[in-house]
Amino acid sequence: MNTHQLVLVTLVVEEVLEERVTQELMEMGASGFTVCDSRGRGSRGLRTGNIPGQGVRVEALVSPEVADVVFRHAESAWFPHYAVVAWRSAVEVVRGDKYVESRERE
Amino acid sequence: MTEILQLNLLSPITLSFALGVLARTVRSEFSLPRDIYAGLGIYRLFALGLKGGGELAKVPMATILLPVAATLLLGCIRPLTSYVVLRRWAGFSTADSAGIAAHYGSVSAVTFIAALAFLDGMGQRVEGYLPTLLALLESPGIHIALALGALKRSGPAQPMGQVLHEVLTGRTMVLLVGGLVVGYVMAPGTWEQVQPFYEGGIFKGALCLFLLEMGVVAGDRLSDLKRTGLTLLAFGVGMALVHGALGVAVGLWAGMSVGGATVLGAMSASASYIAAPPAVRMTLPEANPTLSLTASLAITFPFNIIVGIPIYYQIAQWLS
Repeated sequence: MNTHQLVLVTLVVEEVLEERVTQELMEMGASGFTVCDSRGRGSRGLRTGNIPGQGVRVEALVSPEVADVVFRHAESAWFPHYAVVAWRSAVEVVRGDKYVESRERE
Repeated sequence: MTEILQLNLLSPITLSFALGVLARTVRSEFSLPRDIYAGLGIYRLFALGLKGGGELAKVPMATILLPVAATLLLGCIRPLTSYVVLRRWAGFSTADSAGIAAHYGSVSAVTFIAALAFLDGMGQRVEGYLPTLLALLESPGIHIALALGALKRSGPAQPMGQVLHEVLTGRTMVLLVGGLVVGYVMAPGTWEQVQPFYEGGIFKGALCLFLLEMGVVAGDRLSDLKRTGLTLLAFGVGMALVHGALGVAVGLWAGMSVGGATVLGAMSASASYIAAPPAVRMTLPEANPTLSLTASLAITFPFNIIVGIPIYYQIAQWLS
């Protein structure tokens, strides 16, 4: 089966950030994203849990270049004040060309 | 006064809240399923809106002009008094002061309903248009406090326009204001068809379940009280009393009854824990949410429903 090497960016963020994070992800070049509710605890767990509501887990399949942009943005815009966990994994994606913007494919 | 306090303490609403706190204190795993809690919240706000809208249609506009002005005045003054007290006297940072002031500038709908239930128990008549005032008091305080904080903050934040949009289109505003409009325009005689569901025993019974969960949420925060200290405790109680007395006085000045002024006092004494937290989190991320939520949920809210409301009622009787 024909697969593409892409990067899965995973972000676990406070619920209040969902709209902002997903919007900024799209602006940075992601072609889509998946969001699901999440629960957990971490170094800032108490702080996050202070806002009524849970955390959300946002995932996007992107090119390595877009993943770099997202991580740089996370560092400057989200990490200082919000509870955000971010990681990336190399993944093999079926129909992977759907997830890379046309300008990157060219 | 002791008798009134006792009546309030032993009401099913207060006792349900106490049970929720107790459940959390003994580390029970009980909590209301999240969706049921959200559903009860929707029901409660829509019921308030519908009933208030129906009552609003019966009163001439001139009657509510002064109470509306009084409410808007409270909406503008309360965030400022809270901010000044927190910043100048209590020594909190600008962001924390503005964050907490946003909560104390807004209003708690559950405190409002608890005040209505208390007055009902006392056999006091209240004005039917009160839910309109509740809707009016919700958002101005949040924006004034956030603007105060935003003036002095550095770095990028969410644009105020976006926050304004989110507060004005939030659940409370859609259900309460939307309900008010629906209640206002519904054809005469149609309210009676849905009244049994939205008013009376079912409403109060559902409120008890809601308060049970509020007790659990407040109980969760009790441990935070040790970390936040006595200053915040004094602020949560002191501000409620000052704002409560102010609300009662302004309400009586606007020509409201003793019952109506008591409710306005309770609204004025209350602090938001639903609309304000996300707005503050987005606009003033450096404000510590533990402080504002502990103050509004674990201090001011229980204080108001346990002893505050009877006190505002007493003040209203003295001043009238």
